[in-house]
This record gives sequence, structure tokens and C-alpha cells, in this order.
Amino acid sequence: MSVLVFIDQADGQFKKSSLEAAAYGAAVAKAMGSKAEAVVLGNITEDAASLGQYGISKVFTAANATLDTVDAQVYTDVLAQAVEKSGADVIIFTNNSTAKAVAPRLSARLKAGLVAGAVALPEINGGFSVKKTVFSGKAFAHVNIETAKKIISLNPNSYHAAAGEAVTATVEAFEPAIKAGKVQLVSQNKISGEIPLSEAEIVVSGGRGLKGPENWGMIEELAKLLGAATACSRPVADVHWRPHHEHVGQTGLAIAPNLYIAVGISGAIQHLAGVNRSKVIVVINKDKEAPFFKAADYGIVGDAFEVMPKIIEAVKKLKGVA
Amino acid sequence: MKILVCISKTPDTTAKIAFADNNTKFAPEGVQWIINPYDEWYALVRAIELKEADPATVLHLINVGTADSDPIIRKALALGGEEAIRVNSDHADPYFIAAQIAAVAKEGGYDLVLTGKETIDYNGSSIGGMLAEILDLPYISHALKLDLQGSEVTTVREIEGGEETNKVSLPLVVSCQKGMAEQRIPNMKGIMGARSKPLKVVEPVAADTLTSIRNFEMPPAKAGVKLVDAEHPEELVRLLHEEAKAI
Ligand SMILES: Cc1cc2nc3c(=O)[nH]c(=O)nc-3n(C[C@H](O)[C@H](O)[C@H](O)COP(=O)(O)OP(=O)(O)OC[C@H]3O[C@@H](n4cnc5c(N)ncnc54)[C@H](O)[C@@H]3O)c2cc1C
Repeated sequence: MSVLVFIDQADGQFKKSSLEAAAYGAAVAKAMGSKAEAVVLGNITEDAASLGQYGISKVFTAANATLDTVDAQVYTDVLAQAVEKSGADVIIFTNNSTAKAVAPRLSARLKAGLVAGAVALPEINGGFSVKKTVFSGKAFAHVNIETAKKIISLNPNSYHAAAGEAVTATVEAFEPAIKAGKVQLVSQNKISGEIPLSEAEIVVSGGRGLKGPENWGMIEELAKLLGAATACSRPVADVHWRPHHEHVGQTGLAIAPNLYIAVGISGAIQHLAGVNRSKVIVVINKDKEAPFFKAADYGIVGDAFEVMPKIIEAVKKLKGVA
Repeated sequence: MKILVCISKTPDTTAKIAFADNNTKFAPEGVQWIINPYDEWYALVRAIELKEADPATVLHLINVGTADSDPIIRKALALGGEEAIRVNSDHADPYFIAAQIAAVAKEGGYDLVLTGKETIDYNGSSIGGMLAEILDLPYISHALKLDLQGSEVTTVREIEGGEETNKVSLPLVVSCQKGMAEQRIPNMKGIMGARSKPLKVVEPVAADTLTSIRNFEMPPAKAGVKLVDAEHPEELVRLLHEEAKAI
């Protein structure tokens, strides 16, 4: 009954959400009285053994350039081999774009029940049930996995990476048979230098109340000071004031940062759906009747153009920035 | 060229989410049902555009559901497509559903199967990938663009931290998201025409069920907002630092 964690990497570096998945996998293994192993595909610049810090006892690596890009069919085939090699019964992914492409295929391949979007450790007394978000964050479901092999895809920011117990990890280069993919890569366009929204601890978000793209300077400045990612409401992305990947909500990205600061956003039900799992919500809106205040922890009823510069000043003081 | 578009029925985005029978079932009272937005706005409209560009294209819709799905299937047919197939089942397990769609797709010899990137109720993003695996076809997930030249397909899809352009040959499974197409409103002619389009009901094939829902849970209610005077925003920063320990 061992656990195998798929460690997603970006440009050779382990993703923060993958480390969360590693710590989560170690906790699942502990609860089952077994061990947690990991698999890393493609070339990495990190020390694979460092995953021991998160409770991973063995890391299977496959440093093959073909695996530097994700072809769902090829990845599924390789991961199925890794599962067989490790003898794992529980496979953990971090619920990102890679997992969404690969985990369902692996589920069908192994006839392993999949819970995508898990937010807590499984309950394993008798059955095996995993809590996940449903209705775009408006509720949770506890889903029973009824098959011998099980796949859990863990939502980013749902499990603290530091919760793992350190062990010494061995690293084994495993040499999977790699079939030729049918999908041909033409080009990649990666947004670099930004904190990925799905993984950000703090998110500063702007809505239509900011009047136009030229007013996003204060959102970006505050985000930079706080080490935060920036986001926006749907109409803002629709009119191209901000790029589409910043759109959060029911039909955009669902996020769960520690702190979500909403500026000039009314808090429509579809917007709240994507952000209401944030731990602390701050709302700045000039309309005291804005529905967002009902979902907020802290709020300021005021004009963003007057309030934001003062907040930026206070944060600068707090951080000791001149 | 034969295209199959998967259509799911979901509660309207403003629906009040509540549960019945000891939180084991979704409470449908007063809920408006819609076509899952990703299926409608992106998968279906893009398929309609492809058919407009090449009228010889065959465009069919599929839903796995009970007769309760018929109104949203008719609504989808009002936008486009010649006929719809409904696999008569109330199963909720994604693998079971994917297996049903796979059976229809195989039998019908479809070249391109489109789904939305996820449903807004169960948020699994699972059907497309499972379907592709069962059919042993390549899978482009979370695509924001799809163009066809003969049997050659060019797609742009979301990857971790950016986008990727790919080329791949039919047959193929693609899950669709924003960017693919623009939402359309059905017109009167479409609505009238949809009534006479065939809606075939077929019984499900035998398939495994891998998961089941034990129960639902609502998130805890917020304690209430603490308001800070607009004249003193620095107080907010102090609270976030000292009380919430969030910055
Ligand atoms: C099917 C469907 C799906 C949807 N999905 C999403 C989704 O995923 N994400 C999403 O965000 N929306 C979504 N929407 C849209 C949603 O219903 C709202 O229309 C949208 O969230 C509103 O965006 P907003 O708050 O930026 O704009 P508005 O609702 O226009 O709100 C602007 C707010 O700014 C405030 N304001 C104005 N000036 C100032 C100022 N100077 N200082 C401070 N505050 C100010 C106003 O009081 C107001 O509350 C969806 C809608 C539908 C029908």
C-alpha cells in the first residue's frame, strides 16, 4: 500500500505545489503505515534527493528530453510504468494543467478512481474518501474511491509543504520505455518572472471599479511589495484591460491564497465562487452595499484611488522600503 | 469529417447551492439548469464554426443523463448540430460517463470529440482525458484555439505557466476553454428548427464505476467583516500584519 507522488517541474525546478503534494503524499503514507515515493519526469536542475525533506523515501527519475514537454498520452504511459515499478496503490498529483491533462488518462488506464481538486487528507477508516471542492468552490463533496488503486489530485495551497517529516531519500534512475508521441510541439510561450496565480500566497485583484488598464499601477505596486500575484474579475479580462490568465472566478481560475485583496470588485456570485476559499479576504469598494463585503474578513468602504496610495505607503513603512 | 460535442447539464451560475437527504444529494428545487458554459460557449460554438467553414461536416451532440437533460439538449440544438444522442443514465462517476461517450464515439466513427475544460458543478476536468484514453487517441487539454486543415489540426493549449502550440492529426479529443470562440445566442429560426431535430435516446453500455459521492458539505460561514475607516487605511495594514498575520 505505498504512495507515489508525481512531482511536476517547471524548467527543471520543482514547483511549490509539487512540494505540497510530496508532503501530502508522505502524510497519506504515514496514515496507511507505508512509505511515500516520488517520480520526476524530464531533466531537472534540482537535487532529487531533496524531496526527502518532505518525507519522500525514494525518487524515480527519468531524465529524458522527450519528457520535458507534456504529451498526455506519453506521460500516461510512462507514469503507468512508474506505478508498476513502485507498486503504489495511491498516486498523488498537484491539480494543475499537467495533472488535468494526465491524471484522468492514468485513471482510465489503471482503472483507478480519481478525485480531482482534493483539499484535505483522505479519510481511510474502512473506506477511502477524499474531500474536494465542487460547484466552483461554493461547496465540498466527500468522494469515495472504490477501486484498489486510487488517484488524488491535490489543489494548490491546500496542504502546507512544511508539514512533512524529513527522511533520507534514495534516487533511482528508472528507464521507462517511451513511445513516440502523436502530438507535435510547435512552440511554447511561457510567462516568466511572475508568481503563478494558482500558487500565490497573496493575490491583489482589480475589478471594473478601477476604470481602465492605465490605473493598474497601484495594483501592481502593492502586489510587488507583498510578493503577491495579480488577478482580475471577468469583465476586466473580457475587455482586455488585463490578460485572460488573470481572470478568477467560476469561469476562470479558482484560487485559495492566504490573503486575497479585492479592489473595485462588486463580489458577484460567479466571482466569489473562484476566491471564497482564500483564508483572509480584504475588500476595498466605494459602495457599502457591495455584496463582496458579506464574504470579506476586512473591508474599507472608500474610493480605491484615495485608499490604495495610503495602503501602499503603510506597507512600505511596514516592510522598511523607502 | 464527423464532430461529436459533449454537452453537460449544470445548475445556473447564480443558483443557490443546497443539499438534501442528509447532505447526500444536490437539492434541485428552484434551480435553473443550463448547458455547462465551457461546453456551450467554446466546444459547441467552435464546432459550429468548423461546420460553417465546411458544410459537409457532420455535427452531433451527446449528453449522458436522464430525460431532465432534454431541455438543455434542445437549447444546444438551437445553436447548431444536426442531431443529439442522449445516453439514458443518471450516473455521476466520470469514468462511467466517459465510457458511455467512448462507446458512442467509436460506433459513430467521429474524427473529433470536443468537451468543455470542466463542468462548473463537479469541476473534475476528467471526461476528456478518460475518453481519450479509452479510445486510445491523443488528447489536447484546455485548448484555447483549434484550427483545421484537412485532417491536420493546430491547437493552442494551456500548460503550466503559459501556452503551447501543437500540431496533431485526427482523430482527436480536445477539451475547450476561453479563447476558442465567442458565446452565441440562439435565434428564433434555430429554436424552432431544434424541435424537429432528432434526439436519439440510447441505453448505457456496461461500464465500471470508480468513485461515488458520500456526502456534501457547505463551507463555514464567515464571521463578518471588520470595517476600517477610509481615512485610516494604515489601520488595515496593521490588522493584516498583527491580527490576521497575513502580511
Ligand atoms: C455564466 C457567468 C459566469 C461568470 N463568471 C465570472 C467569473 O468567473 N469571474 C468574474 O469575476 N465574473 C464572472 N461573471 C460576471 C459576474 O457576474 C460580474 O458581472 C463580474 O464579476 C463583475 O465584475 P466587477 O466586480 O469587476 O465589476 P462591477 O460589478 O461593475 O463592479 C465594480 C465595483 O467597483 C466598485 N467601484 C467603482 N468605482 C470605485 C472606486 N473608485 N473605488 C472603489 N470601488 C469602486 C463599484 O462599487 C462596484 O462594486 C460571470 C457571469 C456569468 C453570467
